[in-house]
Amino acid sequence: MTTDPTPARLSIYDAAAANRWRTLLLIAAFTALVALLAYFVGEYFAPGGGVAALPFAFAISIGGALVSYFAGDKLILAQSQARELGASEEPQLRNIVEALALGLGIPTPKIYVIEDSAPNAFATGRDPQHASIAVTRGLLDKLDRTELEGVIAHELSHVGNRDIRVMVLVTVLVGTVALLADWMWRSMFWGRGRDRDRGGAGAIIAVIAIALAVLTPIIATLIQLAVSRQREYLADASGALLTRYPPGLASALRKIAADKEPLEVANKATASLYIANPLKDAPAFFDHLFDTHPPIEERIKRLEAMD
Amino acid sequence: MEIIVVLVIIGALALFFVATYNRLITLRQRVKEAWADIDVQLKRRHDLIPNLVETVKGYATHESTVFQKVTEARAAAVAAGSSATPEQRAQAENMLTSALRSVFAVAENYPQLQAVQEFKDLSENLTATEDKISFARRFYNGNVRDYNTSLQTFPTNVFAGMFGFKAEQYFELADAAEREVPQVKF
Repeated sequence: MTTDPTPARLSIYDAAAANRWRTLLLIAAFTALVALLAYFVGEYFAPGGGVAALPFAFAISIGGALVSYFAGDKLILAQSQARELGASEEPQLRNIVEALALGLGIPTPKIYVIEDSAPNAFATGRDPQHASIAVTRGLLDKLDRTELEGVIAHELSHVGNRDIRVMVLVTVLVGTVALLADWMWRSMFWGRGRDRDRGGAGAIIAVIAIALAVLTPIIATLIQLAVSRQREYLADASGALLTRYPPGLASALRKIAADKEPLEVANKATASLYIANPLKDAPAFFDHLFDTHPPIEERIKRLEAMD
Repeated sequence: MEIIVVLVIIGALALFFVATYNRLITLRQRVKEAWADIDVQLKRRHDLIPNLVETVKGYATHESTVFQKVTEARAAAVAAGSSATPEQRAQAENMLTSALRSVFAVAENYPQLQAVQEFKDLSENLTATEDKISFARRFYNGNVRDYNTSLQTFPTNVFAGMFGFKAEQYFELADAAEREVPQVKF
């Protein structure tokens, strides 16, 4: 009776511990980015203004982090027009979610449906006790039970691994940085900067400030995309371990990839939360630098190599 | 000088003991929590069975031995629920599972029964519960494995017994439909 019943198991506890460090690192990186931007834009307006702008920068990044920690999931769900399921709706979906949550040892998350025919799904929240999982109507209509199980297992792995907190944080912070850069850009354009005749130092600072206002949102987006791509393979693998049936998720991914319809409620900020890129218009420039997800063929190939 | 060395060694040893002890407590606590998940689902299954028996009885009036068997098996499983070890409980649950299978086999002979909404709901609920039991069991066994492994590896195994840590039992169900574990490669 002591035969090992579950040999290969990625412990969600280990992944969760790694994600705690990742969270801290991310907040630090975004704070540094915002501070840098604020300093040079402050300097641009008045000598010494950079230091004066720093408290504002810190307040904004800490505020952004707090908002995303406590309300980020609600913001994301509202923006995706997701509706929470009643207790008696979609019993099959609810049973799958409850069973798989037991397999991971996490509480059953709240279940949301997005009334859109494009098949897709995402999970969000700050920890497994405050997690939500959203699926589109198209996913429920187009996938069979084992495929649906594969997708739900993938999403629940994000919950169990605490990926959701990292992703919510990144999503809201990227939004904050974009907004901030936009705002500074406008104020530099309309406002009065240092006098041109102040010489070389002023010109250099002006150039740096302008460059930062342009580059910061791009850097923030790159951080977001790098983080999300890397998490997808792990969630695929731990999801497949949970269902013991990798072909289920592989076949679901194939169906989702074959569906050419974009998801109306997804946007650039939320795209990386979904199980597969919901925008469908992945631009090929910069050689995958701006991809929200790893190539779906590669994910299917890895899943097929598992059994 | 020697005193400092001795103190440092004692301090390091104490730290090591505390860390290992706390780690074992955490792992054992996870096993207990996982067991509670299984327990909830087993109870749910026990609660569904009387309704199922009543519903099927109304149509299959001549199958009293089957109903008696499942009722007895359920009583045994409920009794095992309060005190028995995982191994004993698994045994009782396995008996219940095979008794349940014969109830469903009987039900197949009554097409009118198959059309009754209550029967449909009950069998769907039971299937979902079995599904949940099997996932809860997987999580439990994974935690038992982690706990037992760290209990039995050096150097923890030297003093784990002194602190009263004992290996936990796996929860094994006879489940023909159990899928094999996929090999994950990175």
